[in-house]
Amino acid sequence: MKIIFYIIQKEFKQIFRNKGMLPIIFVLPLLQLVILSNAATFEVKNIKFAYIDNDQSTSSRALIEKFEASTYFNVQTSFPSEVLASSAMLKGEVDVVIDIPLYFERDLQKDKKVNLGITINAIDGAAAGVENVYITQIIRSFSKQIKMDLKQKSDSQIQPVNIETIPLFWYNETLNYKTFMVPGILVLLVTMITLFLSGMNIVREKEIGTLEQINVTPIKKSQFIIGKLFPFWIIGMGLLTIGLILARLIFNVPMLGNLVLMYAYTSVYILVILGMGLFISNFTDTQQQAMFIAWFFTVIFILMSGLFTPIESMPEWAQILTEFNPIKYFVEVMRMVMLKGSGFIDILPQFIKTLIYAVIMNILAVWRYRKTT
Amino acid sequence: MGILVSNISKSYKEVKALHNISFEVKPKELFGLIGPDGAGKTTLFRILTTLLIANEGKATITGFDVLNNFKDIRKHVGYMPGRFSLYQDLTVEENLKFFATIFGTTIEENYELIEDIYVQIEPFKNRRAGKLSGGMKQKLALCCALIHKPKVLFLDEPTTGVDPVSRKEFWDMLKRLQQKNITILVSTPYMDEAALCDRIALIQNGEILQIDTPENIVKQYSKVIYDVSANNMYQLINSLKAYQHQHSVYPFGEFVHYTDTRSDFNPKELKTYLEEQKLSNISIERTQATIEDSFMEMAK
Repeated sequence: MKIIFYIIQKEFKQIFRNKGMLPIIFVLPLLQLVILSNAATFEVKNIKFAYIDNDQSTSSRALIEKFEASTYFNVQTSFPSEVLASSAMLKGEVDVVIDIPLYFERDLQKDKKVNLGITINAIDGAAAGVENVYITQIIRSFSKQIKMDLKQKSDSQIQPVNIETIPLFWYNETLNYKTFMVPGILVLLVTMITLFLSGMNIVREKEIGTLEQINVTPIKKSQFIIGKLFPFWIIGMGLLTIGLILARLIFNVPMLGNLVLMYAYTSVYILVILGMGLFISNFTDTQQQAMFIAWFFTVIFILMSGLFTPIESMPEWAQILTEFNPIKYFVEVMRMVMLKGSGFIDILPQFIKTLIYAVIMNILAVWRYRKTT
Repeated sequence: MGILVSNISKSYKEVKALHNISFEVKPKELFGLIGPDGAGKTTLFRILTTLLIANEGKATITGFDVLNNFKDIRKHVGYMPGRFSLYQDLTVEENLKFFATIFGTTIEENYELIEDIYVQIEPFKNRRAGKLSGGMKQKLALCCALIHKPKVLFLDEPTTGVDPVSRKEFWDMLKRLQQKNITILVSTPYMDEAALCDRIALIQNGEILQIDTPENIVKQYSKVIYDVSANNMYQLINSLKAYQHQHSVYPFGEFVHYTDTRSDFNPKELKTYLEEQKLSNISIERTQATIEDSFMEMAK
C-alpha cells in the first residue's frame, strides 16, 4: 500500500513538473469544449440563395420576400438566366437556386397549380437535406397564404380538411444543439486525455530506461500498474467535473439526472480506457507509436459512437461493431442521465456492458504486461 | 555464494550474442567483464538480473536460480544499467527515496552503506537528476542501486562517459563497497580499469577468451613488447606494419606497441629499417605488457 501511494505521489510530481504537459491536460480540453460545442452544430444557416424570376409578378416577388424574411437564407442575387445561375453554383457562390417560371401568377390563379424549379448544391448531402426541408416549409406556407387570398366566398363550403402536425420535442424542447452536443464532447475529452496520457506514460518509462531499473526491483506488477494508472483515473474524474461545471455555467445544459450516478458510471468507464492505454503501451516501444495507435482507435471510436452521426442510420455490420465501442455507451449514458434524467435501472445495460469491458480489458492488459523482455 | 554461470547461450534471431559462457564469481569478489562494445556484456547482465531469459544454460545468484527464483534475486541484487535510468524530473533525494520505498526500506535504514557516496551529492539533493553532471549522475545511480543493501551489485559500464578523476573516485568507492561484503560484477570497455579488479574475464563476440587475475593474465603474455616512437606517427605505423618480421603493431597512447616474430630480435635492426623509411627521432624501448596487450593478442 505504501509503495502504491509513493508511486502515485511520484507520478503526480512528474505530471505537475512537466510544464509542457500541464496546459495540454487541463486548458486545451476545456478550450475544445467551448469551441466545439459552439461550432459543431447541425443547424444550416446563412444559405446562399439566388433566384431566376421569369415572371416578375406580384406573386413571384411575394415568394422571394418570404425567403428574404427567413433567418436561414441570405438572398443574394437574381440571375437573368439559368445558365448564369448554374455557373454561379459551380463556382460555389450560391447554394440554392429557385427558378420561377413565366406565367407563375397566371397559372396559380387559373389552374391553382404551378411547378417551381429548385436546384440545391448537394456536395454536403446532410446540409442539402436540411435546406430542402426549409425551402419546402417556406413554399408551403406561401401557397397556403395564396390560397387564402384567392379564396372566394363561394368556395367556403368546399374547403378541404387540412391535417397539420405539431411536433413536440421531448427532452430537448427547443432542439438546442448545444444541449445535445456538450455532453457528447465532454465524453470525447475525458476519453482522449485519459487514453493518450495512460498509453504514453508507461512507454515513457521504457523510453528513458527507468522501466528496466524498476523491473529488477521486487515491486509487484499490480502495485506498479495501479500506481501508474491511478493518477490518470483522478485526472479523468477531474476533467469530468470541470467539464460539467462549464456545461452548466456557459451552456446552461440541463442536468436532470443524478450526478452521483454519472460519476459512478464514469469511474467504471475510465477503467476501460486505462486498460486500453496499458494494453497499447505493452505493444509499443516509443511514445510516438503509442500516440499514433491511441489516436487511430480514438478516431474510429468517436466516429462510430453516435456522437456526430446516429448509430441507427449505420449499416447493420457497423451497428454490430459499435457494440464494442466504449465511447458509444458513455455518450448514451451521459445524454440519458443529463437530458432525460434516467436512473440507475435505465442505464443498467450500458453499465453492465462497460463493467464487463473494463474487466476484460484490464485482465488482458495486465496479463500482457511483462517485467522480463 | 556469489554468482555461478554455466553454459549460458543467447541468440537474437540470427545473431549469437552469447555462446556457452561459464564463470564463477566468489563472494565479496570484484569481478570484471572486459570486452569491446558489442561483445555481449549487456546481454549477460540482463540475463543475470532476470530481465532476459537465456536460450540455454543455468545461472545462480547467491544460490538463487535466475529462472525459478527470480523474485528472490530481485530482492538481493542492485543493478546499475549502462544508460542513466533514473527519473530526470525528480530531485536527487526524491529518486533515492523512490527506490528505497519500492524496495520496502528507507534511506535511514541503510544510510551507512551509501554514506560516503551520498555526502558528495548531498549538497545537490534538491536538484533535479537531469540537471546533474555525468559523474554526479553515476554516484546517484550507485546510491539508488545500493539503497536496499544488496548482496550482489551489477554495474554495466558504470564509467563510460565519465571523466578520469570521477572514474578513479568511482573505482575507489567500489573497493570500499567490497569491504562491506558485497559481491560486485562490473563490465567495462576500458582495459586500464581491468587491473583494479580481483579477477577478470576477457570477452569478445559472445565468448570468454580467458578468466584470471589481471596479474596472471599479463604474466602469461609471452612476447617482449617495445614502445616505438618517431616524428610521424601515421607513417611509423604503416612502416612497422610493412616490416617483414612484425608480429603485432598497435598504437598505444604516444607510442606504438611493437612485437617481433623472432626470439633474437635486435632493436637496432628495426631502427635502421625505420631510418631507411625516412623517419627521424626514433626511439625503441622495452616495456611492460598490459592487459590491453594481452587482450589484443588473444582477440587476434
